[in-house]
Amino acid sequence: MRFFIMSRTVLKSLFRRPATIKYPFGPRILSKKARGSIAIDISKCVFCGICQKKCPTGAIEVTKEQKSWKIARLRCITCGYCVEACPKKCLRMGNQYTEPMLTRHEDMYKNA
Amino acid sequence: MMEEQKRIDIKPDELPAKVSEMHSSGYRLVQIDCSGTGAIEINYSFDKGYSFVNLKLTIPSVDTEVPSVSAIYRNAFLYENEMNDLFGVKVKNISIDYKGNFYRTTVKRPFNPEAQS
Amino acid sequence: MTKRTIIPFGPQHPVLPEPIHLDLVLEDETVVEAIPSIGFIHRGLEKLVEKKDFLDFVYVAERICGICSFIHGMTYCIAIEEIMKIKIPERAEYLRVVWSELSRMHSHLLWLGLMADSLGFESLFMHSWRMREKILDIIEDTTGGRVIFGSAKIGGVRKDIDDATLKAIVKNLKSYRKELKEITDVFIKDPSVMHRLVGVGTLKKEDAYELGVVGPVLRASGWQSDTRKLGYAAYKNINFEPVTEKAGDSYARCSVRIKELFQSIDIIDQAVSKIPAGPIEIKVTGTPDGEFFARTEQPRGEVIYHAKAYGTRFLQRLRVRTPTFANIPGLLKMLPGSNLADVPVLVLTIDPCISCTER
Repeated sequence: MRFFIMSRTVLKSLFRRPATIKYPFGPRILSKKARGSIAIDISKCVFCGICQKKCPTGAIEVTKEQKSWKIARLRCITCGYCVEACPKKCLRMGNQYTEPMLTRHEDMYKNA
Repeated sequence: MMEEQKRIDIKPDELPAKVSEMHSSGYRLVQIDCSGTGAIEINYSFDKGYSFVNLKLTIPSVDTEVPSVSAIYRNAFLYENEMNDLFGVKVKNISIDYKGNFYRTTVKRPFNPEAQS
Repeated sequence: MTKRTIIPFGPQHPVLPEPIHLDLVLEDETVVEAIPSIGFIHRGLEKLVEKKDFLDFVYVAERICGICSFIHGMTYCIAIEEIMKIKIPERAEYLRVVWSELSRMHSHLLWLGLMADSLGFESLFMHSWRMREKILDIIEDTTGGRVIFGSAKIGGVRKDIDDATLKAIVKNLKSYRKELKEITDVFIKDPSVMHRLVGVGTLKKEDAYELGVVGPVLRASGWQSDTRKLGYAAYKNINFEPVTEKAGDSYARCSVRIKELFQSIDIIDQAVSKIPAGPIEIKVTGTPDGEFFARTEQPRGEVIYHAKAYGTRFLQRLRVRTPTFANIPGLLKMLPGSNLADVPVLVLTIDPCISCTER
């Protein structure tokens, strides 16, 4: 019967710095490949609508007459299907996630 | 990929005899599954070592009663209650019968909606 | 005749990660019978398959469960690939093995933490989850997400891991092994933990097979049965033996999962040393027509995806039989004869993942 098996781990954690970060006072460092929100370069977009067809949740809405591209941020699951499917390669996935918001806000980009 | 998946078609009255035969040869019951609307196909899956055998049973409508196998395999009651709740299949003599209250859904028989009660 | 009382072990309980309801019939603090009641998270995901294109359904399949998510997505892809008779490239098979084993490690570490918490040993819970963070960091570096990977795809995998990263992962895991041994030694050797686990909730060998339990619960009662031996997705080229124990009590189930943790590190080593170069996906055309049962090994046991398709873009029926659904009868056999204070520990030893059970 051995006692105090945990004591080595306990002593080590007394003298090490904590394993957690004091978010939001300390920075949250995301890895480069982390999935974040989608950004678009609206000058290259031809409004073909392929990204709207491929999106599994229906978060993207494209209208050709008004030349607008709209995304509902809270419906996007950051899967990256639209980025792969775009023929003009104008969509990009960053690594920062969408911040929490108080209303269901949709981002609209126009090429007026 | 993988192993042979054998398939045997049987009739409802042969069911208890065939299942007892599987039990005495040492197979374990893996799952009971059903699919379809109107005519329903029920599928009993068994496994021993890594070989996989399916018994398939087709009933023409949900009004046909199917005998329960929970006297032979005690874990069958969960699958049979689920079939009853989601598809409306009538199973006689289940060892623990929840009488339609296993999954409490607002719509009765969600997967087989045109069947009349 | 002693008086019987019925106590609800409710859907809300501090020890349960997900809601399940048990009605316990007690005679003076000893459990005599238990009646389960599930259905609190039933989302009807199997009905959704009739409305979503079969290529898009991978996203829904991954989100059936948060802990074992990659293996759900992979098993769906294996079922459709076998119906359509597609052979995926070798590199994709090895990458699937690496991600499955990382999934298994993070799930077992999560379970170890919950086990310590149910015994009341909170600092061990925090240390186990600290070890789990390192695995989640590796997963985030390679796929982009911490729990939902988003990398399973019909015809292969969506993202590649280059060779330098693979070697760095193997080197990291070598030094990780020593720290992991310190924490898991507490579970195996500490007398207060052993006092709560040894001899509690014994499931005998014949009962375990008859009731159809799967996974570590079956292997802890003495049966050598592991679905990875079927040889799907590059497991046919990897040497390993299923881990078994003889006693069948909670201590045996705990020690099977701990040994599987170390075995996963060995399997990742072997996979990385044998991985070939090449493409990671193959183009898929046409629609599925046929039926297949795909069986794989999740951290909790054997999962079966039964897919039926009739040549259109929507599948006719998809049925998911998850391991916790098969382990519930085993739990109902373990409970009679135990104390009321042991019930939370017993419910946790089968590793309940209720959101899988009622998709």
